[in-house]
Amino acid sequence: MSLDEIRKQALSERATLENSKKTRILIGTGTCGRAAGAMAVLETINKELAERKIDAIVTQVGCIGLCYIEPLVDIIKPGRPRICYSGVTPEIMTQLIEDYVVNDNPRPELALGTIGEESVPGIPKLFDHPMLKSQVRIALRNCGHIDPEDVNEYVANGGYTGLARALKMTQEEVIAEVKKSGLKGRGGAGFATWQKWEFCRKAPGKEKYVICNADEGDPGAFMNRLLLEGDPHSVLEGMVIGAYGIGATQGYVYCRAEKPLAIARLRVALKQAAELGLVGKNIIGSGFDFPIEVREGAGAFVCGEETALMLSIEGMRGMPKPRPPFPATAGLWGKPTNINNVETWGNVSAIFQKDADWYAGFGTKTSKGTKTFALAGKIERTGLIEVPLGITLRQIVFDIGGGVPNGKKFKAVQTGGPSGGCIPASLLDLPVDYESLTKVGSIMGSGGMIVADSDTCMVDLARYFLSFCQAESCGKCVPCREGTGQMLEILTDITEGKSKTGDIDLLLQLSEGIRSGSLCALGNTSPNPVLTTIKYFRDEYEAHINEKRCPAGVCKKLISYYVNPEKCQGCLICLRNCPANAIYGDKRMIHVIDPDKCIKCGVCLEVCPAKFNAVVKVSGKKPATPDKPIPVGSWGKQ
Amino acid sequence: MIDNRQEMFARFTRDRANLVPVLQNVQETEGYLSPEAIDEISRFLNITANDIYSVASFYAQFRFERQGKHTIKVCQGTACHVRGGQQILETVERELKLPPGRSTTDDYQFTLERVACFGSCALAPVVVVDSNVYGRVTTAKVKELLAEFREK
Repeated sequence: MSLDEIRKQALSERATLENSKKTRILIGTGTCGRAAGAMAVLETINKELAERKIDAIVTQVGCIGLCYIEPLVDIIKPGRPRICYSGVTPEIMTQLIEDYVVNDNPRPELALGTIGEESVPGIPKLFDHPMLKSQVRIALRNCGHIDPEDVNEYVANGGYTGLARALKMTQEEVIAEVKKSGLKGRGGAGFATWQKWEFCRKAPGKEKYVICNADEGDPGAFMNRLLLEGDPHSVLEGMVIGAYGIGATQGYVYCRAEKPLAIARLRVALKQAAELGLVGKNIIGSGFDFPIEVREGAGAFVCGEETALMLSIEGMRGMPKPRPPFPATAGLWGKPTNINNVETWGNVSAIFQKDADWYAGFGTKTSKGTKTFALAGKIERTGLIEVPLGITLRQIVFDIGGGVPNGKKFKAVQTGGPSGGCIPASLLDLPVDYESLTKVGSIMGSGGMIVADSDTCMVDLARYFLSFCQAESCGKCVPCREGTGQMLEILTDITEGKSKTGDIDLLLQLSEGIRSGSLCALGNTSPNPVLTTIKYFRDEYEAHINEKRCPAGVCKKLISYYVNPEKCQGCLICLRNCPANAIYGDKRMIHVIDPDKCIKCGVCLEVCPAKFNAVVKVSGKKPATPDKPIPVGSWGKQ
Repeated sequence: MIDNRQEMFARFTRDRANLVPVLQNVQETEGYLSPEAIDEISRFLNITANDIYSVASFYAQFRFERQGKHTIKVCQGTACHVRGGQQILETVERELKLPPGRSTTDDYQFTLERVACFGSCALAPVVVVDSNVYGRVTTAKVKELLAEFREK
């Protein structure tokens, strides 16, 4: 079938759907949606529709990125605008079906916004929402809008027209188009995509490979998962375009096993694309062959590194190799190989569906286009966003992300995962582009952003990242294997109050050794979180070392809990909930925490009724409290 | 079991590149990689058992011991860490009364796994029981979850 025929069929299917006079209900069932309870809502939809004998079309879509108010449900009644509802529970869903689907009351107070031209009184436009307003959605263009398990929906939205355009070009023209777009690798290193393709195209050899790196393993990152779950075809289309430009003969998608839904949707997409001749043999009649295979990672973070990933596909331990030779000349099974990240491929299909100049119109002079970021941690609106490069951190954290919740103070934003760094409040006006982030000691990375507030201990956070790299070090290079272990010991000592003066200098020395002596990026960037926290939050390190105090009240060995004898009403709640039986007291007797038995789990603080607010966490000197339970009201009167 | 393995092997060529997918398939159906399974894979792919252990032990996914009926995975990703994932982990460890150094309960009801990140960071802290994802978990909620699955 030619693409025109495929498109005709897809468009007629869409027209039938739109003119069907049936109500359509779209529900986001990505992993985040499911974690928030979307499957229970889906069950309610199906049950209610069946009981009321309503003939409606229910579609499961990917995620639009507003993870903090999942589950999201969109209702499209014939002749009515599409309305998006957030935080939908099974109870709310039943009401919506009763009130809106049956009785035509859109319940504006429950709605988040409308999508499309028309509006409904009392409901704002969805894309005026502060989290969506300043976004430019290129890689995420279809996420949350189409059924990722139906290739026709992707095709009806212009899908695979980019491939058709590329197949009419020469290989050189394809690469020139990517060059003009200014696209850089979105996986972290930011290498010019066209240049990588060109090296591989020019490398001698009949067999060449193209790989999609979907081994998104950075803790705190979910850009690739969301794109693969929401719009897998955009990634596949990008890969076929790249393969054609390079002259590749076989493709692989290497996806992390911890993201099972992404893998499942990718497999469905691949099967459908193969059936329509969009991948595989003689792609849409062009004579170009390019089959794609999905490989599941097996839980090794280092396999996100290209040479390790390739060894893993070959059935070996995924340990990085020295470069040169670069994969472009000798990669998978020693053959020329080009590897790009999920988001890069998603951008490639967009560039070819429109054109390079359009894409290059976004971003800055040296960092073109858009980038997706995963917002998580202590931020009001968690989720996934896509913004033009060059936007400031302040715009991302405050305008889009809504700032820090619960009235706490913003302390830092960690970008780039375990290889990145912590950026303090004083640098919030930094533009987010490859060069600026590197200049302050962090990296763009694949796009994870974790916000820390005054309750986050920066030493603990640095220790956390280092323990991650230490555990994930493949063990090949001694500086990485042993050095991260040594650094972790020192940082653990600091967080446990066992540190010595000079520890900070020792950390800096070790960092330099690891940075210069490791083969791959996992090793030589692993000191970044430590270096940036020392640079910007040295006072916190010094409080831990010199005063044995954790200013944020996080490091367990440096904190203690006590019951404020002036506030405790002897209600027994904390006493009953303490898992260590460390609280003594009786009804109407002031409770006392036994420091020798206390395991510092914080349950007492969590359960103490807000009206009493008697349990206190403290780091440093503890005020005087009774030695044993005494009657409520008698404290200070002996 | 043997027949099942041979049936599954038939879907693969005797190619080294299939080692990891074969190991994944065996673990998927049998729960873990037993010495017998490794021996059989060794004969099928013509790779020494030693070599297979070397690869399998490199990847965090592979397990060499019998697993509990339910697997509870507690996310230790960055977002979960700053939102109290450690407390959730400690609560599970306490509730399951795991012997030191072991991740499976004596009655083989539960296996506890620490996972680096599920990518559901927006709903941190996250716990996955079997294939069900739970977001915004509290110490109280995780106790309820354990009780709920203990009965299943």
